[in-house]
Amino acid sequence: MNSQQIYYIFDLCKSPNLSLSLSFITMAKQHARWSPYDNNGGTCVAIAGADYCVIAADTRMSTGYSILSRDYSKICKLADKCMMASSGFQADVRALQKVLAARHLIYQHQHNKQMSCPAMGQLLSNTLYYKRFFPYYAFNVLGGLDNEGKGCVFTYDAVGSYERVGYSSQGSGSTLIMPFLDNQLKSPSPLLLPAQDAVTPLSESEAVDLVKTCFASATERDIYTGDRLEIVILNADGVRREEMELRKD
Amino acid sequence: MSKAAVDVPMKGGFSFDLCRRNEMLVKKGLQSPSFLKTGTTIVGLIFQDGVILGADTRATEGPIVADKNCEKIHFMAPNIYCCGAGTAADTEAVTDMVSSQLQLHRYHTDRESRVVTALTLLKSHLFSYQGHVSAALVLGGVDVTGPHLHTIYPHGSTDTLPFATMGSGSLAAMSVFESKYREGLTRDEGVKLVTEAICSGIFNDLGSGSNVDVCVITKGQTEYLRNHQLPNPRTYINERGYSFPKKTEVLLTRITPLKQMVEVTEAGDAMEE
Repeated sequence: MNSQQIYYIFDLCKSPNLSLSLSFITMAKQHARWSPYDNNGGTCVAIAGADYCVIAADTRMSTGYSILSRDYSKICKLADKCMMASSGFQADVRALQKVLAARHLIYQHQHNKQMSCPAMGQLLSNTLYYKRFFPYYAFNVLGGLDNEGKGCVFTYDAVGSYERVGYSSQGSGSTLIMPFLDNQLKSPSPLLLPAQDAVTPLSESEAVDLVKTCFASATERDIYTGDRLEIVILNADGVRREEMELRKD
Repeated sequence: MSKAAVDVPMKGGFSFDLCRRNEMLVKKGLQSPSFLKTGTTIVGLIFQDGVILGADTRATEGPIVADKNCEKIHFMAPNIYCCGAGTAADTEAVTDMVSSQLQLHRYHTDRESRVVTALTLLKSHLFSYQGHVSAALVLGGVDVTGPHLHTIYPHGSTDTLPFATMGSGSLAAMSVFESKYREGLTRDEGVKLVTEAICSGIFNDLGSGSNVDVCVITKGQTEYLRNHQLPNPRTYINERGYSFPKKTEVLLTRITPLKQMVEVTEAGDAMEE
């Protein structure tokens, strides 16, 4: 049917315009397929403590060898005690943040309260899996405080597989940071019975210093991490923010 | 007779022995290893007394920084230096090789090397390998005919220019040169402009980074300013430091000489066959 149509057009009139549209059809095969995805790099880290949670990300957004922005926040507040840091494709991340914000607004109207961090964790997983066959290219860590006020971190893949952990790293520098965190904050196996707390034994200021070291080191060796570090600390007092300059090359 | 001919090692050139095997492996799904690329900013300009070359010092392997302080300004002759971008192995091999040919040529002629000689040797080598030797170069020097600056592309084409940039940061660096270069710059102005161009690459191109190397070549004198500027110091060091868990403990140390346990047959042609 398709080829018949083409012949028909070809026979109809032999204007240069039509032959051009025909050559376009054959040209399409030659070109590499356009991709709806990009990778904007960046690194995210979250650490859960007994009564706090530290969420951190760099503020560089890049594509290929170019820097798009040196001051783009990857951390998003989803609820009063729930923050999400995301690397990957920032257009998808934005779309994801919008969906979650809308769902959270509906939740607030229906329940007259803020969503808890573990509930938001499940919602994020469902939202990601909903697009299983055309995924959001987003690599998220969710950090916050649970209903007992304990720090909690959830780590995700792009299609919604998730796990509650004591600490996590995602994004372009995660391969450099994760082994260091494993070494410093060795967490108990999630298979242990009875289940043990995954929160780290570090104090809040020690955890913040650890995060700073992680990013200073990752910036040395990962070209997609740099410019500025944004740290958000959640505890019983509320939300606190810290900043640190990173290498700009 | 034919066996002897095979045993003699080849004189120069590359060995293509494993090409057929590698092609077979790639067809079977093995991906070939990546190379160390110096996604680079290299520049050069002519000033009133000679030539100034500049380079950043980052070497990358994909998104990972492989070397934070590598040298990209290569020695060619006492009066000629060459900046290299592309595959690190290729830029190093090709400059070393031509540098050696220039030295032999100097022994032969007892004269200072000329920049055009280096240029011709480099471009004929690169052309003969049809771009497979991926070296993009900025060649600069001062010889008996005056200061010279050239760029050489991996396929062997060359340019002769008053100011030049190469590598992934070439656009960032060229934007500085195009807006600020003029004829008859002084030494200090030249060094400042080159440094600014390299810094533009360092900060705006992710393939370039770390420090600035500069090389000033004038008639009868060469100044190699290694790490002329260090604009990227480490941003944070934890005062408390870190302790690392103890590694696997050594429980027992015992050395048993192998000779006592086996029968050793001295001499004999073990390696034959």
